[in-house]
Amino acid sequence: MQKIMVCIKRVVDYNVRIRVKPDGSGVATEGVKMSINPFDEIALEEALRIKERGEADEIVAVSIGTSDAQQQLRTALAMGADRAILVEAEGEIEPLSAARIFLDLVQQEQPGLVILGKQAIDDDCNQTGQMLAALWDRPQATFASELSLSDGKATVTREVDAGLEVMEVELPAVITTDLRLNEPRYVKLPDIMKAKKKPLDVRPAAQLDVDLTPQFSVIQTDPPAQREKGIMVSDVAALVNALQEKGLI
Amino acid sequence: MARVLIVAEHNGSALNPSTAKCVTCARSFPSDGVDIGVFGAADQAVANAAAMVEGVDKVIQVSADSSAGPVAAVLAPQVAELAAGYSHVFGPSTTFGKDLMPRVAALLGVGQLSDIMAVDGPHQFKRPIYAGNAIVTVTAPEDRPVVATVRTASYQASEGTGSASVETTDANASLPTHSRFVELRSASSDRPDLQTAAKVISGGRALASAENFDILYKLADTLNAAVGASRAAVDAGYVPNELQVGQTGKIIAPDLYVAIGISGAIQHLTGIKDAGTIVAINKDEEAPIFEVADIGLVGDLFKLVPELTAALEQS
Ligand SMILES: Cc1cc2nc3c(=O)[nH]c(=O)nc-3n(C[C@H](O)[C@H](O)[C@H](O)COP(=O)(O)OP(=O)(O)OC[C@H]3O[C@@H](n4cnc5c(N)ncnc54)[C@H](O)[C@@H]3O)c2cc1C
Ligand SMILES: Nc1ncnc2c1ncn2[C@@H]1O[C@H](COP(=O)(O)O)[C@@H](O)[C@H]1O
Repeated sequence: MQKIMVCIKRVVDYNVRIRVKPDGSGVATEGVKMSINPFDEIALEEALRIKERGEADEIVAVSIGTSDAQQQLRTALAMGADRAILVEAEGEIEPLSAARIFLDLVQQEQPGLVILGKQAIDDDCNQTGQMLAALWDRPQATFASELSLSDGKATVTREVDAGLEVMEVELPAVITTDLRLNEPRYVKLPDIMKAKKKPLDVRPAAQLDVDLTPQFSVIQTDPPAQREKGIMVSDVAALVNALQEKGLI
Repeated sequence: MARVLIVAEHNGSALNPSTAKCVTCARSFPSDGVDIGVFGAADQAVANAAAMVEGVDKVIQVSADSSAGPVAAVLAPQVAELAAGYSHVFGPSTTFGKDLMPRVAALLGVGQLSDIMAVDGPHQFKRPIYAGNAIVTVTAPEDRPVVATVRTASYQASEGTGSASVETTDANASLPTHSRFVELRSASSDRPDLQTAAKVISGGRALASAENFDILYKLADTLNAAVGASRAAVDAGYVPNELQVGQTGKIIAPDLYVAIGISGAIQHLTGIKDAGTIVAINKDEEAPIFEVADIGLVGDLFKLVPELTAALEQS
C-alpha cells in the first residue's frame, strides 16, 4: 500500500473540566488547553506502526479547522507523519461536512487506508468515519482494537458490546480506532525540530466543491443535572442499613 | 405527520432490549406510527419479539442473501431503502447502532444526531457532548428525515405487550461484498447482562489482578448483579473489554451501582450518571467518585468487600 490518510482533530484536552457558559450559548473554550483528539493520536500511531513494518510508504495527516489546528498537525508531523493538510474552516463542522471534505481529499490522495478516531471527545458524535465510508462506497471497520494487513485486505478486531468481533475488509477501507488499539508514542524534541521542515499545506475549505452548511442548530447548551449530595457511612453495617432503607437489598 | 422507523438490534435469535427503549423514545412525540425494521439473518423469533413491543404498529422483516453478521456496509443500503416514507429513522446508541446509523444517514444525504436523551418535539432533541459535561438542545430541519441514535440509558423499555403485524419484504438495494464478518468472541457468562442489569458491581485498577476480581464476582452473586469495570481495569487485562463502563464503554442506568476501587474520572462517571443509587468504596476519601456517590464508604476494599458479601449473605 502506498499511502495512509489519518484524520487529526483539534479538541479540548481530555483532562480539562469544561464549563458551560452561564448564558447557555455554548461551552467556554477560550484559553483552555487544546490537544489532538486522543483517538486520533491512536489512529496516527497505528499508521506509523504499519509504515514501520514496511506495509505503507507515506502517511498524510489531515485536519479541518481554524488555522490553530496547525499546532496539532505539527505534533502529528513530529510523531512521524510525512506531510499534513489543513482544510481551513471557521465554526462548527458537522460530521457529514467533515466526511465530505475527507472524501474530496481521498479522491485526490487515493490512500489505501483512512484511519480516524472512533469519536471526537468534544462533540462525541462517533459518525465521521462511517459517513466517509458510505460516501466513498468502501468498507468500514469501526472501534478497532487490533489491525493487520495482508493481500489487499485488513483483518480488524472490533470492540463491540458483546465482546470482540473480527471482520475482514478489502482495501481501500476506513478504520476507526478504539482506545486499546495501541499506546501512542511520546514526541521527542529533535523530532519537533525536524517536523518544522515537513510540508504542511493549508487550503481554504471554500476552495473545495463541498456543501458545508450545518443541518442542525444548537439552540441551547446547559450543564448536566447535578446529583444530590450523598452521605458517608463509617462501616459495612451502616452501608447495609442504608441500602435496606432505600429498598435496594 | 411523523412516522418512525426503528432499526432492530438482534443477534440472529433474540431481540436486544435496546430496541424497545428506542420505541419508548419514539413514542415520546406525536407520530402516525412507529414501525420496527428487522434486517439481517434473523429467526422468526426476532420479528415476533419486535411485534410484542408495546406501541409498535408494524414489523418489517427485510430479507437479503448476504446478511450474516451485523455488517454495517451491508445493512445500511437496506435500511436506507426502507427509510423512504419515514420522517424519522432511529437506532440504539449501542456499538451496533453507532456503527450503522451514520452510514445510513450519509446514504440518505443527511446528518445524524447521536445519543438522543430527551425529546422536546419531533424536530428538537437534547443530547450530551463533552462526555456528558454539557447538554445541547438541537433542532433538526423538517424537510428531511431525522436519523438518530437513542441513548438507551435515558429510556425504559415499555412493560406492556403489543401485537403488531409482521410483514416480510426482500431488499432490492445492491449489497457490497467487500466486507465480511468473521467471528464474534465473547467471554461467555451466565451472569446478568451489564447493560440491562438492575444492579452492577464495578471494579477499578485497585483490584490489581484478574484473580482479585473474584471477590467482586462473589459480591455480585449475592446481589444477582452484573459486573462492570473501569477502563484501567480492562486495559490491565483483569476483565474483558465488554465490561468497560464509561464514555467509551457502556452507558448504563442500573438501580444500584457499586464502584469499588474506582477513582471516578469524568470519562467513567459519564457512564453512570443515570444510575439510581451510586455506592463508592475507596480508600482515598478525596477520590472524585465520592462527589457523585449517594453512599460513600472509605476504606480498603480487600477488607470491606468480603465483609459486605458476608453481611449480605446473612441478611
Ligand atoms: C478518551 C478517553 C476515554 C476514556 N474512556 C473511559 C471509559 O469509558 N471508562 C473508564 O472507566 N475510563 C475511561 N477513561 C480513563 C479514565 O480517564 C481513567 O483513567 C480511568 O477511569 C481510571 O480507572 P480507575 O478509576 O480504575 O483507576 P485509578 O484512577 O487509578 O483509580 C484507582 C482508585 O482505587 C483506589 N484504591 C486503590 N487501592 C485501594 C484499596 N485497596 N481499597 C480501596 N480503594 C483503593 C484509589 O484511591 C483510586 O481512587 C478514558 C480516558 C480517555 C482519555
Ligand atoms: N474537523 C476535523 N478534523 C479532523 N478530523 C476530524 C474532524 N472531525 C472529525 N474528524 C475525525 O473523525 C473522528 C470522529 O469524529 P466525530 O464523528 O465528530 O465523533 C475523529 O476522531 C477524527 O479522526
